[in-house]
Amino acid sequence: MSITTAGYQLAPVLPEIVLAIGAMALLMLGAYRGQGTTGAVTTLAVLLLILVGVLEYTLPAGKQVTFGGSFIVDDFARFMKILALVGSAVTLILSTEFLADASRRIFEYAILVLLSTLGMMVLISAGDLISLYLGLELMSLALYVVAASNRDNARSTEAGLKYFVLGALSSGMLLYGASLVYGFTGTVSFAGIATAATAANVGLVFGLVFLLAGLCFKVSAVPFHMWTPDVYEGAPTPVTAFFASAPKVAALAVFTRVTLTAFPGIVSQWQQILVFVAIASMALGSFAAIGQSNIKRLMAYSSIGHMGFALVGLASGTVEGAQGVLMYIVIYVAMTLGSFSIILAMKRNGQAVEQISDFAGLSRTNPLLAFMFAMLLFSLAGIPPLAGFFAKWYVFVAAIKANLFTLAVIGVLSSVVGAYYYLAIVKTMYFDEPAGQVDPVRVEVKTVLAVAGLFNLLFALFAGPVVSVASAAAKSLF
Amino acid sequence: MTTWPILSVTTFLPLVGALIVYLSRGDDEASRSNSRWIALWTTIITFAVSVILVMRFDPGNADFQFVEKSAWLATGITYHMGVDGISLPLVILTTAIMPFCIIASWKAISNRVREYMMAFLILETLMIGTFSALDLVLFYLFFEGGLIPMFLIIGVWGGPRRVYASFKFFLYTLLGSVLMLLAIMALYWNGGTTDIPTLMHTAVPRSLQTWAWLAFFASFAVKMPMWPVHTWLPDAHVEAPTAGSVVLAAILLKMGGYGFLRFSLPMFPLASHDFAPLIFTLSVIAIIYTSLVALMQEDMKKLIAYSSVAHMGFVTMGIFAGTMQGVAGGMFQMISHGIVSGALFLCVGVVYDRLHTREIAAYGGLVNRMPLYALTFMVFTMANVGLPGTSGFVGEFMTLLGTFKVSIPTAFFATTGVILSAGYALWLYRKVVFGALVKPTLMSMKDLTLRECVTLFPLIALTILFGVYPKPVLDMSAASVQQLVNNYNTAVTAVKAAALLQ
Repeated sequence: MSITTAGYQLAPVLPEIVLAIGAMALLMLGAYRGQGTTGAVTTLAVLLLILVGVLEYTLPAGKQVTFGGSFIVDDFARFMKILALVGSAVTLILSTEFLADASRRIFEYAILVLLSTLGMMVLISAGDLISLYLGLELMSLALYVVAASNRDNARSTEAGLKYFVLGALSSGMLLYGASLVYGFTGTVSFAGIATAATAANVGLVFGLVFLLAGLCFKVSAVPFHMWTPDVYEGAPTPVTAFFASAPKVAALAVFTRVTLTAFPGIVSQWQQILVFVAIASMALGSFAAIGQSNIKRLMAYSSIGHMGFALVGLASGTVEGAQGVLMYIVIYVAMTLGSFSIILAMKRNGQAVEQISDFAGLSRTNPLLAFMFAMLLFSLAGIPPLAGFFAKWYVFVAAIKANLFTLAVIGVLSSVVGAYYYLAIVKTMYFDEPAGQVDPVRVEVKTVLAVAGLFNLLFALFAGPVVSVASAAAKSLF
Repeated sequence: MTTWPILSVTTFLPLVGALIVYLSRGDDEASRSNSRWIALWTTIITFAVSVILVMRFDPGNADFQFVEKSAWLATGITYHMGVDGISLPLVILTTAIMPFCIIASWKAISNRVREYMMAFLILETLMIGTFSALDLVLFYLFFEGGLIPMFLIIGVWGGPRRVYASFKFFLYTLLGSVLMLLAIMALYWNGGTTDIPTLMHTAVPRSLQTWAWLAFFASFAVKMPMWPVHTWLPDAHVEAPTAGSVVLAAILLKMGGYGFLRFSLPMFPLASHDFAPLIFTLSVIAIIYTSLVALMQEDMKKLIAYSSVAHMGFVTMGIFAGTMQGVAGGMFQMISHGIVSGALFLCVGVVYDRLHTREIAAYGGLVNRMPLYALTFMVFTMANVGLPGTSGFVGEFMTLLGTFKVSIPTAFFATTGVILSAGYALWLYRKVVFGALVKPTLMSMKDLTLRECVTLFPLIALTILFGVYPKPVLDMSAASVQQLVNNYNTAVTAVKAAALLQ
């Protein structure tokens, strides 16, 4: 295929173009046919995401660059994009019930998720600071609106506004950092920055710090995590599931690409930042979650901690580290989607329940649900033979190779602290007296839960192929 | 000879049994009984398969046998299983103890039977896997995975303070193990693989040896448990259901000793030699201190738990003596303690099922109503004391003999533990079994039922058999222990010689 525009190859961006056009078409459908089409638009949006995923998968192998280096498609990008697409599609499936309610039949929801996903794909493929910013803003602006999609609910609106204000601040910081980097290296392309930034100077380091601060905000790493618990708690649960999965994939992907491809010359500069951020995130994620009584808030702190673990891999700055990040994010997405499908499934008399005490005795009222959740929680705690153990193995093995012993020791110790609050939920489900029956679980939630749960339980059996794919994807960055 | 993967079959048979139990739905009496029978047959068949392992095992060969290897994770991490003379006795111990655990839970567990049996069967797979894994990551997978079913067994079917005990058990063990995980990673980068046989022949730099030894020590010392990180054990034992205590005492504690034998000594011989005085000190403190603590206990299970810590002190002492007698004695002591302490917990379970209390003060004069029980309890009490003629004597004597060659003070102080153990064990026996039968609650106590006889009598036979004829166990492990000790001494003397030359 050789479609070109202004001399640039369009084939590598084909999936993005299809997604953009598809989103527009669905927008037209919804706008002209009214709110009655919400269900149809959502279903079509899921199909569109699957189609885009297939297109992405069938792109020719190897590294392709277009738009003068602004847009890169390599194994790493393909891996992360497919993962982000899966995350978006699954959360759209999980949203069906939320959108079925008469008061919330908003077809724009699916369109916004699609546009946000488009932003993620651009972000993952970004080859320079301009396309990075473009992708980041497209992703974030859609997310702000989605957070507030439960319009009549004050908490949801508050979550959206909070996310927007803090997000705007972080974008400002990122932009400021980007302009400093441009000023001191004379280029916006990552490859160009890599050649120019061979030695640390104050201006460049300043720019780097601001750039990383903006990215830390997006992955909700300490000290830029403050929005996370409030937004996770306030936003409707399917939206929280979305926030916890796909955008994290994209943000972590661009984090990895920026640090490893734009600043390989000054590893020691960003390594110390990442070591600090990783330690702070793991520690805060572990300790702050202990006192939580709301399961969504707890998941927020848990995700802060998990981003800290993922950054441990990145902090090592090696190909093993990149592989660790990839393994971590795959497993994290599966565990998160599984956990949120259980939170969505927890309903009594049609009312969603979100307190941890509501899970009491679940092992007797709904043994299978309790078992799956317990296994996901053990997995989040990193207990073998579940998937979460392998995630931790690959990031820490990279840290050990890079001689980051202190980081590794603090990391595993905070994972023990983290295990405490996961165990506390298992205790509530298994040791306590039942708090009453739960409603039957909807079929789409069940399906998602089954897939995520089996992935988690049986990961040890098919870990080999996943590792090889992640390893190939990581190598494409170097 | 057929080439079916006999070791993997032994390992994963219980897991298959757990799946079958899962499929037998329902919560009426019939399905509960089904779960019990399925679990019992699974453990018996697993034991039968493991007997094939013994028959085909070549005791003269020090290397790993029944080796299975296939690709797993991409680089240097494989699915590698195999047993040698050190791990095979422990595998057999596991498969042999499990049917008794199931029978012991027959009547004692009446709620959520299906889940209970599944937890035990899954635990069995993980325990056998721990002893037969020949890859560090695979080993860690089994070793840590066992925490999940044990956490649930203590927490769901345990006593009044089960939540505290289960959390303490889980977090304590996890804390020790994560440090070992980091050491495993360091070894991976040092040797490029996590294959245990390969790593045994890979030179490990001295500084890494020290750190890795300490990290492995953190995990195994907690698991063993050694003083001062033993405090989780009495809590876990007291709160766990009878069968849970049996598994904990008979098998899970052995993972620590096995770890020292499999990893610390062969992979870090120099660090093991450097740290041997530390181990000796901790072992002697454990032997004397926990024996004294045991003297003061009011709860039968707690007393036996503290005595377990003391007996494990003999094991660590013997292992790190690094002599043939010490290591073989430690190995034998583990098997013997597995049988004896498991049986003692079963004995406690017998009276607990009748009276629902474990307080020593609540009993007295049981010999009048339960002569058979009194006899059984006496055999195991004597074995716990280490009376010649019981298996307890052989292990303690050999470890003391082995240690005497290396450190006379250690052996001297450890021997006082034998006297102390006689003190607490006989005191317990006198309070519970002898005396006048005056308490009205005890008047209607029935002697051992057939089911209880089935669980206890084979263990009596084994205790006395291994007491007078320990050869089968010692022979099985002799070649592997000899090789281990030789390699250890070669490494240590090489360094000493090099130091002298300088």
